[in-house]
Amino acid sequence: MNKETNFFKRLNDWVNGEADRLFPELQETDTPKAPEPVATIGPLPNKDVLFLTSYQAVALIVVIGMVSILLYTVYKLPLFGVADNPAVNEVVERYVEKGLEETGAVNVVAGMILDYRAFDTLGESSVLLLAITSVMMLLLKDEKNTDPDEELIEAHEAVIEDHNRDMILQTMTIILMPAIMLYGIYVILNGHLSPGGGFSGGAILGAGLILFASGFGHNRVKKFFNMNTFRALTTTALLGYGILKTYSFLLGANHLPTGIPLGIPGAIFSSGLIFVLDICVGLIVACTMYGFFSVFSRGEI
Amino acid sequence: MNVIYELILIVFLFVCAIGAFLSERLLIAVVIFMSYSLVMSVIWALLQSPDLAITEAAVGAGVSGILFFITLKRIHALKGTKDE
Repeated sequence: MNKETNFFKRLNDWVNGEADRLFPELQETDTPKAPEPVATIGPLPNKDVLFLTSYQAVALIVVIGMVSILLYTVYKLPLFGVADNPAVNEVVERYVEKGLEETGAVNVVAGMILDYRAFDTLGESSVLLLAITSVMMLLLKDEKNTDPDEELIEAHEAVIEDHNRDMILQTMTIILMPAIMLYGIYVILNGHLSPGGGFSGGAILGAGLILFASGFGHNRVKKFFNMNTFRALTTTALLGYGILKTYSFLLGANHLPTGIPLGIPGAIFSSGLIFVLDICVGLIVACTMYGFFSVFSRGEI
Repeated sequence: MNVIYELILIVFLFVCAIGAFLSERLLIAVVIFMSYSLVMSVIWALLQSPDLAITEAAVGAGVSGILFFITLKRIHALKGTKDE
């Protein structure tokens, strides 16, 4: 029993980075080491000179070979903008001709990235979530990686900053913020009808949040957007995207009937899933953009 | 007329791209990089891809520049400000 608790304590210490190894018998002890002899540089032996020269020669040959292979490939590539290039093939025609009919989206780009290639977009959203997770792993503050003195200085600076907010920035934020947020929401909701979509609209929303945070301080943003909101929004949006797209993939890959009405092209509630998927992507991107800013600047959301 | 406008934009793009890595102060390099993104977004709009133009303007000229500024502030590399 005693040994077991010891084991778990050691496991806990190991996870928290307080002990070096899980097994104490393997742990390095701090025995004073004898000072290492200073390396002396003498003339290289004959064998080494030969090796170095041949190494450089082989490296040069490899580089020249690679460059000539790449240049030859570029020379053999089809010319830019010729009508019978492989890039100008049936896929583009199919997207342009059948896109509206099959996806119901007036904006063919939205039809491509959220219907024909929706799994690409799922991967991109997951990459964003992965990136913000790694940034949070590295930069998020907790009691383990902060110094109490530093904390005190930062709290002091925060108070000073709160009392000396930039007036020009605040006034401009009050004027611009509603327009920016409205434009972001418009770009997201209108993604299947006009240029834009989830990614652009989410970036605009995130930029608006960043503007508000730099004008009025993080504490004001925290009242409506904190860590719990961030977690709930990103995970719900990503899960929703995955579940919706998996449903349509299982039931309607290759454009079999899914039971989701496509609606009248051009109406705001049209093009089936694309409308909902745009909102999901927009939420993920907006949360990630603001998350990057907040974690970089303060170490918390 | 349109060709002259595009040429002016492309020349400005080259000037920004070269100026961004030739400038010695990091803060100015970031500002030049942001203006590069802004010019690039206008060029995307002229090339009839407004989707990319909106994203480039929001991400390239806005968010990435702000992230660079915060990084410079965190490593105390903002020359000429009180953070130095």
